[in-house]
Amino acid sequence: MVEKNLTVRSSPHLHSGESTKMIMLDVLIALIPACIAAVWLFGWRAAALIVVCVASCMASEYLSRRVLRRPQTVGDLSAVVTGVLLALNLPSTLPLWQAALGGVVAIVVVKQMFGGLGCNFVNPALVGRIVLMMSFATEMNTFPSPWVDGVTSPTPLAPDAAGAYDLRVLLFGFHGGTIGETCAVVLLLGFAYLLWRRIITPTIPLVFVGTVFVLSWIVDGGVYEATYQILSGGLLLGAIFMATDYVTSPVTPLGKVIFAFGCGALTVLIRHGGALNEGVSFAIVVMNILVPLIEKATYRLPFGQKRGGKHA
Amino acid sequence: MGKYKESFTKGIVKENPVLRLVLGTCPTLAVSTTVIGGLGMGVAATFVLVCSNIVISLLRKLIPSMVRLPAYIVVIAGFTTIVQMLLKAFVPSIDQILGIYLPLIVVNCIILGRAEAYAGKHSVGLSALDGLGMGVGFTAALVLMSAIREFFGSGTLAGWPENGMFPAIAVFAAPAGGFFVFGLLIWATNKLSAKFDKEFTPKTSFDCSACPHAASCEKMTMGGGCDE
Repeated sequence: MVEKNLTVRSSPHLHSGESTKMIMLDVLIALIPACIAAVWLFGWRAAALIVVCVASCMASEYLSRRVLRRPQTVGDLSAVVTGVLLALNLPSTLPLWQAALGGVVAIVVVKQMFGGLGCNFVNPALVGRIVLMMSFATEMNTFPSPWVDGVTSPTPLAPDAAGAYDLRVLLFGFHGGTIGETCAVVLLLGFAYLLWRRIITPTIPLVFVGTVFVLSWIVDGGVYEATYQILSGGLLLGAIFMATDYVTSPVTPLGKVIFAFGCGALTVLIRHGGALNEGVSFAIVVMNILVPLIEKATYRLPFGQKRGGKHA
Repeated sequence: MGKYKESFTKGIVKENPVLRLVLGTCPTLAVSTTVIGGLGMGVAATFVLVCSNIVISLLRKLIPSMVRLPAYIVVIAGFTTIVQMLLKAFVPSIDQILGIYLPLIVVNCIILGRAEAYAGKHSVGLSALDGLGMGVGFTAALVLMSAIREFFGSGTLAGWPENGMFPAIAVFAAPAGGFFVFGLLIWATNKLSAKFDKEFTPKTSFDCSACPHAASCEKMTMGGGCDE
């Protein structure tokens, strides 16, 4: 006789207890130093931006799930992460309604319209930022100086500021830029935490930053210039927190390397050849779109099968 | 009279060339940044559509089917040239806005599509009404889309007020915003016409003859429409 009390299930049978919520919480903890540095450098306006973006993202997530009659997911904290990342990518003088609009675009258009967490094909926070950049070019390109009211300073990547900053200034963030990208030290702190908690593997950030370093060395002709390039702009923020997004980065080890190399190469290309001073967001979004192709080209084959042959 | 009414009204919502048949998307996305441009494009294309439908319908028994496409294109190109000359002579400002998209009406697939799918098979009166209905549908879609894009993208409507009502969200005027508004309108029309179809038309009377798969469709031979 068949024992009726036994349930038959396929593997895996053990659950590590890891959940989306736990991972997102860890990412948020890793972002705390960056948020503190943002408020320390840019004042209450930075705090307001973070609060507005998080509120706008959570409200968008809640309302769009309601309207689409899908299970509520606002509790998994992914919208909070998107909100914080978006806020860190904005200059502190941006009008708050524009920041809120960025959150709506990120969650409603990029994430929920494609099916919610796990179905978006590009990073929501980055597209939110790009839409804001295309819509409000003046506001998005005005970067106030830390600690000085009403004075703007060029980002280290602006053509007239090239090489103007000491590397130590770049490391600690006393220069113009978006609220979360200027202080390199706190971003590296977050990186260390994510590695320690094994939330991300180091492949993508290291290859991404390494590619930018090597290519800048070749193009600009010096270690100082190359270091200057990797410490300025949104590179560290993008490489550590955006390019490593599970949903929009490849899962295969080789795929990660190709993806990160592409991000780095495109960043250098846009910084040196493009009309924009900074290209990290565009580079990551372009590579996000290529991820399905990269994965198709690099997935591990079952023994004896040839690439391009019949699908398993 | 039913079929005359039907040949006119179907182009407006049910078979709207832009939002339901997804034809003519190139001019739709390109000129729908301002209401004036959208309206000008719609009216110009409607004129060409009606005239070419009439002429092609008149000639439908004379044109050998092997060379029908070149023949249609010649007729369409003739009327497009007329429209272009008229606009240049009387409303040069609209000619300026439309630019290259005005002569490109020649290859607008709505016009060739109607010639091939309708005017080549139906009488003059029906073809004229079909062209008019499709033209009205095209114009309505363009005006609606350009109103949304101009309102959010520049804060104006048909150029008024000059400085805009509120800070513009420039992405709506950019191509990306065009695709976004386009997608939303297609979604809205599909929702609307699904409701419309359910309420007013029994499923079996679904007309599959315009469907490109009609010849090979199993369901067609079995007498029923698609699952839509």
